[in-house]
Amino acid sequence: MNGLPGTSAIQARDLCKAYAGMEAVRGVSFDVAPGEVVGFLGPNGAGKTTTVRMISCFLPPTSGTATVYGVDVRTSPREVKRMLGVCPQEDNLDPDFDVLKNLLAYGRYFGIPGREIRERAERLLDFVQLADRKKSGVQELSGGMKRRLVLARALLNEPRILILDEPTTGLDPQARHAIWTRVRSLRATGVTVLLTTHYMEEAAQLCDRVVVIDNGKILMQGAPADLVRREVGSTVVEAWNFDRAFADFLGALPGRLEEVGDRLYYYPGAEDHVERLLDERFPHQERLIRRATLEDVFLKLTGRALRD
Amino acid sequence: MRATLRNLSLRALRVWQRDADVYFTTWKTEFLPPLLEPILYVLAFGLGLGQLIRHVEYGGRTLGYLEFMAPGIVAVAIMFWAFFESTFSSYVRMYYQKTFDAILATPLLVEDVILGELLWATSKSVIAATIMLGVLTALGLVAWPTGLWVVPIAFFGGLLFSAIGLLFTSMVKTISQFNVPMFTIIMPMFTFGGTFFPIDILPRWALTVAWCLPLTHVAFLTRSAILGFASPHLWVSAVYVVAASLVLAAWALARMKRRLVP
Repeated sequence: MNGLPGTSAIQARDLCKAYAGMEAVRGVSFDVAPGEVVGFLGPNGAGKTTTVRMISCFLPPTSGTATVYGVDVRTSPREVKRMLGVCPQEDNLDPDFDVLKNLLAYGRYFGIPGREIRERAERLLDFVQLADRKKSGVQELSGGMKRRLVLARALLNEPRILILDEPTTGLDPQARHAIWTRVRSLRATGVTVLLTTHYMEEAAQLCDRVVVIDNGKILMQGAPADLVRREVGSTVVEAWNFDRAFADFLGALPGRLEEVGDRLYYYPGAEDHVERLLDERFPHQERLIRRATLEDVFLKLTGRALRD
Repeated sequence: MRATLRNLSLRALRVWQRDADVYFTTWKTEFLPPLLEPILYVLAFGLGLGQLIRHVEYGGRTLGYLEFMAPGIVAVAIMFWAFFESTFSSYVRMYYQKTFDAILATPLLVEDVILGELLWATSKSVIAATIMLGVLTALGLVAWPTGLWVVPIAFFGGLLFSAIGLLFTSMVKTISQFNVPMFTIIMPMFTFGGTFFPIDILPRWALTVAWCLPLTHVAFLTRSAILGFASPHLWVSAVYVVAASLVLAAWALARMKRRLVP
């Protein structure tokens, strides 16, 4: 039932979704290999969540196809959903139940036998460090605990693919790292992960490959480090309190220059001598030379205009 | 519509089970309203209004007012419990708690969720009616064994009113908009649906209107069961209630599906 060996974990072809009077996704095609961790990056409203919701059978595609281990999301949603573990963007834990009961009730939806659910629930609560909160009400949990419980719930059916929609939005650094650690340990066991995020660090930490989406289309994809090297180079110069002469000097160099408010960004590309050059010509200029990151790629591809 | 009906499955019972679990964890407080409600009515109407209205002519017999009215409050409970559950409670689960969203990430389909909600709201009517039947029996107001018919009547009546409720749940934009069906449909039925007085005393046009209301038929069936009255018209009401409940349930399913799957 789970397709042939060698098939993609997820395959999407020309996915489109139009609803509420707009085209949220406009022809998205991608593949996720078994065991791969793929991150969808994009600003708010880019179409990440809509794409993920089509894969997880919440939204029927307007056109295009998507399969999960060869099973069509349109014709066999029950079978597809059995293979998925979904962490939604909004916490939708059941506030009418305590922590343990949340898992027990959820397991029933998958038709897992009672004793089996209980065993798995106990094991997963250990995994997400909530074993001592079994009887707590959901409202008593912190944001980080809720997310961990959502993760445990998503793992209850032992999914082949884990779908994480902005798994750490709004969490403090401790809580965020706790989630990352667990996702990495799941990856080590061979679980395929599809996640959406607008935290570049999250993508860089977790993903084998990132897919940059904006305005409902894929702009670019690749391994995080390759994307950075290809799109931005290795270093970035940030300068402030600069005068025209400095800006003009950088502008004349090869590479890309961007002026944003009171700050200047210079992406030298292949140019590696920029530090020495600046030390010689503008020794007193306030500046910072740092490694290029995925965030630089992201801003280059999706622009700096606010989205909401 | 056909695809919607084809997607219906027994998995809906998992959704029913979820709602029932919540209900039964607090059963002591949940059972209180249907236990106390008939007692309150009986006290108020028996000791108060019953002193003013000594006798009611109904079905060719002379009844005490309490005897006449008691089945009416069971019919009203069938309506209220289903309607409240499928409007306010379902809306809270759908909109505020995102319970449906959580369930839809599992092998259950939207149809299972909606049917489960319908069946649960129906169950609340059945539970309430059964408890009230017990209380009224203790008060000596029920003819047995015909009184047992109240259970299937509560099932189809409950399904009918939960379907009406869910239809509105599929339409409202905010929870306060439930006031509209509440006061244009439910309250008129509560007052004119053959609950507190025999509708035969109404003027001709009002009588015709009353017989169009679902509650009138549910009340007629409930009263006949509890009083042990037989009448050839019972079939008409039974067919009305069963047919309306099935048609409205199918309609509510289709409407809710459109709301949940954009």
